[in-house]
Amino acid sequence: MVKNSVGRDIPEEIEKNYGVFENAFSRKPSYSRASGKVTAVHPGESKKLKNIREAIEKVGLKDGMTVSFHHHFREGDAVLNMVMEEIARMGIKNISIAPSSIANVHAPLIEHIKNGVVTSVTSSGLRDNLGAEISRGLMNKPVIIRSHGGRARAIESGEIHIDVAFLGAPSADEYGNANGVKGKAPCGSLGYARVDAKYADKVVILTDTLVPYPNTPMSIPQTDVDYVVVVDAIGDPDGIAKGATRITKNPKDLLIAENAAKVIEASPYFKEGFSFQTGTGGATLAVAKFLAEAMRKQNIKASFGLGGITQQMGDMLEEGLVETIIDTQTFDKGGIQSMIKNPNHYEIDAGYYANPGNKGAAVNMLDVVVLSALEIDTNFNVNVMTGSDGIIRGASGGHSDTSAASKLSIICCPLIRGRIPTIVEEVNTVITPGETIDVVVTEVGIAVNPKRTDLEEALRALSIPQFTLEELKEKAYSIVGKPAPIEYGDKTVAVIQYRDGSVIDTVKNIVE
Amino acid sequence: MERLRRTMMFVPASNAAMMRDANLYGADSIMFDLEDSISLREKDTSRFLIYQAVKTLDYGNTETLVRVNALNAGGQDDIEAMVRAGIDAIRLPKTETAQDILDVEAIIAQTEKKCGREAGSTKIFAAVEGPLGVLNALDIATASERIIGIALGAEDYVTSMKTRRYPERNSEEIFFARSMIVHAARAAGIAAVDTVFSNVDDMDMLRKETEIIKQLGFDGKSVINPRQISVINSVFTPQQKEIENAENVMAAIEEAEAKGSGVIALNGKMIDKPIVERAQRVLQLAEAAGVWKEGEEIEW
Repeated sequence: MVKNSVGRDIPEEIEKNYGVFENAFSRKPSYSRASGKVTAVHPGESKKLKNIREAIEKVGLKDGMTVSFHHHFREGDAVLNMVMEEIARMGIKNISIAPSSIANVHAPLIEHIKNGVVTSVTSSGLRDNLGAEISRGLMNKPVIIRSHGGRARAIESGEIHIDVAFLGAPSADEYGNANGVKGKAPCGSLGYARVDAKYADKVVILTDTLVPYPNTPMSIPQTDVDYVVVVDAIGDPDGIAKGATRITKNPKDLLIAENAAKVIEASPYFKEGFSFQTGTGGATLAVAKFLAEAMRKQNIKASFGLGGITQQMGDMLEEGLVETIIDTQTFDKGGIQSMIKNPNHYEIDAGYYANPGNKGAAVNMLDVVVLSALEIDTNFNVNVMTGSDGIIRGASGGHSDTSAASKLSIICCPLIRGRIPTIVEEVNTVITPGETIDVVVTEVGIAVNPKRTDLEEALRALSIPQFTLEELKEKAYSIVGKPAPIEYGDKTVAVIQYRDGSVIDTVKNIVE
Repeated sequence: MERLRRTMMFVPASNAAMMRDANLYGADSIMFDLEDSISLREKDTSRFLIYQAVKTLDYGNTETLVRVNALNAGGQDDIEAMVRAGIDAIRLPKTETAQDILDVEAIIAQTEKKCGREAGSTKIFAAVEGPLGVLNALDIATASERIIGIALGAEDYVTSMKTRRYPERNSEEIFFARSMIVHAARAAGIAAVDTVFSNVDDMDMLRKETEIIKQLGFDGKSVINPRQISVINSVFTPQQKEIENAENVMAAIEEAEAKGSGVIALNGKMIDKPIVERAQRVLQLAEAAGVWKEGEEIEW
């Protein structure tokens, strides 16, 4: 075992492969970009294939290869299951899958793993049933959890080599130009898929809406695409993009959001031309509403809004409160409409968004980010992956990418959820190291990371009560008590990579 | 400093999470309910829960009240438990006569004595919810030294009056009751608190209702959802212009007193005693709301 700098014991064989986490910017890699194989397409040759089976045959998928998918269709996705089912039917085994994330709807993967079709997984996250099964020790090899920026880095540097990318597209033409803004089930940005398209050896576009050539905008260009398959449905449109993400009516979430907006307002970054990213649910989305009010009142405009985009941000762009949206993932129909209508709503890929190894990602230019947490400990380390029962049920996402690169990272979370404290002595799993978290905002008050003495100074005059995380933890424990430790086994079921590729934590199997 | 009662938030005593969080939202008073929001089978557990909550949780300087059941329906047990828990005040629902108050007072006094709590430290808040109570408002407001306030509960009242609520018509159906309550309160020198506004999504109408009762002279309003608090508090919190005006009045009167001058004028208007008293009241409210402090500039 090797201890990393956030105090986690990392098994030596894992340490040998990846190295252990030292600090947020201890690695400054220099590398040649990996690149996918290209097979030329001559005039007159067709890329359009009959079905998924023909595509799997044509790309030459074999035992032991790596296939990838994107998660822009979220819980509405049908592509991953369709493709994996066909792979299984064809008797191909020992496949590594590298989707950008995995949803509940992908529970059929459990059977593919049991049957030896899938033997290795890397993803941003795992949900419900698959997460639980993996936590119980379903797989022989641990799942590698990567942040969105970390995945892009791993693909661009060759750490993940994708043999075949199967990329669902809401619309495509017969030559492979694809985007997420047209078709029966639009998803907006195809930011994650674009990385796969650029770096995979073979790229197959799956669409249910074939449009005349040339399909614009060319989010994924024809020059990256080998084959196009038309399917009946890429997924359930309502699962892919919901109407407008509603702002919470929960008074506690609203209170936390209002406090977070006050923190931003009092910070040195709230000035003309600042930039921000907020979350897409609960308190974090509501922050945008309060922030917009403050911006109107003080006549301040943001230069750009980044990230996962909802209608809220689209409305701010429309109103002129935000000059530009930089969008790697669009969350609702309002966000998609904004991308279609507004020329200042730009689609970017995940590498541009957050890859810590490239020549400077968008997150590097970010002033303020508002994030959530399942747990945060007194060292400011954040867990967004494992639940209070030790089971994997979350996703790393852009959490560690944005918190490290932004100038002000804010965590919004309630002191306790139900009978479970959110602020604890030690988190189950470290996803984001405490050194990159600046302020924690709860319903009872805020805690500023003591290393940010400048922020402590700036926020002193705020009317919100201020505590140390130790004090907030004590408050939480005084109400619900100290949680009993989770019983883990010895098997490593997941390796948590930090965005730079080092290992920040591992997850062990749970003992039930 | 005078206690603010701009907002009195109802919290069902059956909901542990809501009781735990009740102090977060800036209500001036929290009223835990053992009466109408609690089903019969939950009365005992809720009484136990609220007893523990009041004893265990820290509600800071926020005033805590408990709405008890009728004395013949568990109210006596409620009052005894709450006095022992250390609640600030008992809120008696459906008060009709001064005798109702005296009955409650007797139980409170007895329990204070039994558990060693300072005699007279448990206060009473009377809620009037029917025509008889409205007509007896003054008697009720002056029935006991312990009474700190009187409130209108309009839902039962309008039903008894064979009408319903018409907020869209300026709530004229409860104008008389509101007037009786606020007169009784002012004559007795206690607080007057208005009824709830039940549409928790209509903040515009809530603001309008609150402006009406502020105009009538009420101290505040009952609240059924935390989201209503900031609207009501803002209506009852003096605005900067009002504060500046009050400061000018006070400065003018100080200057006149220093000069020994009898008649005072400010911007061409004569300042008399009621104007000075109103200015003092504005500054008191502003100070209690934390937006003004004597001799200090406060950031807005």
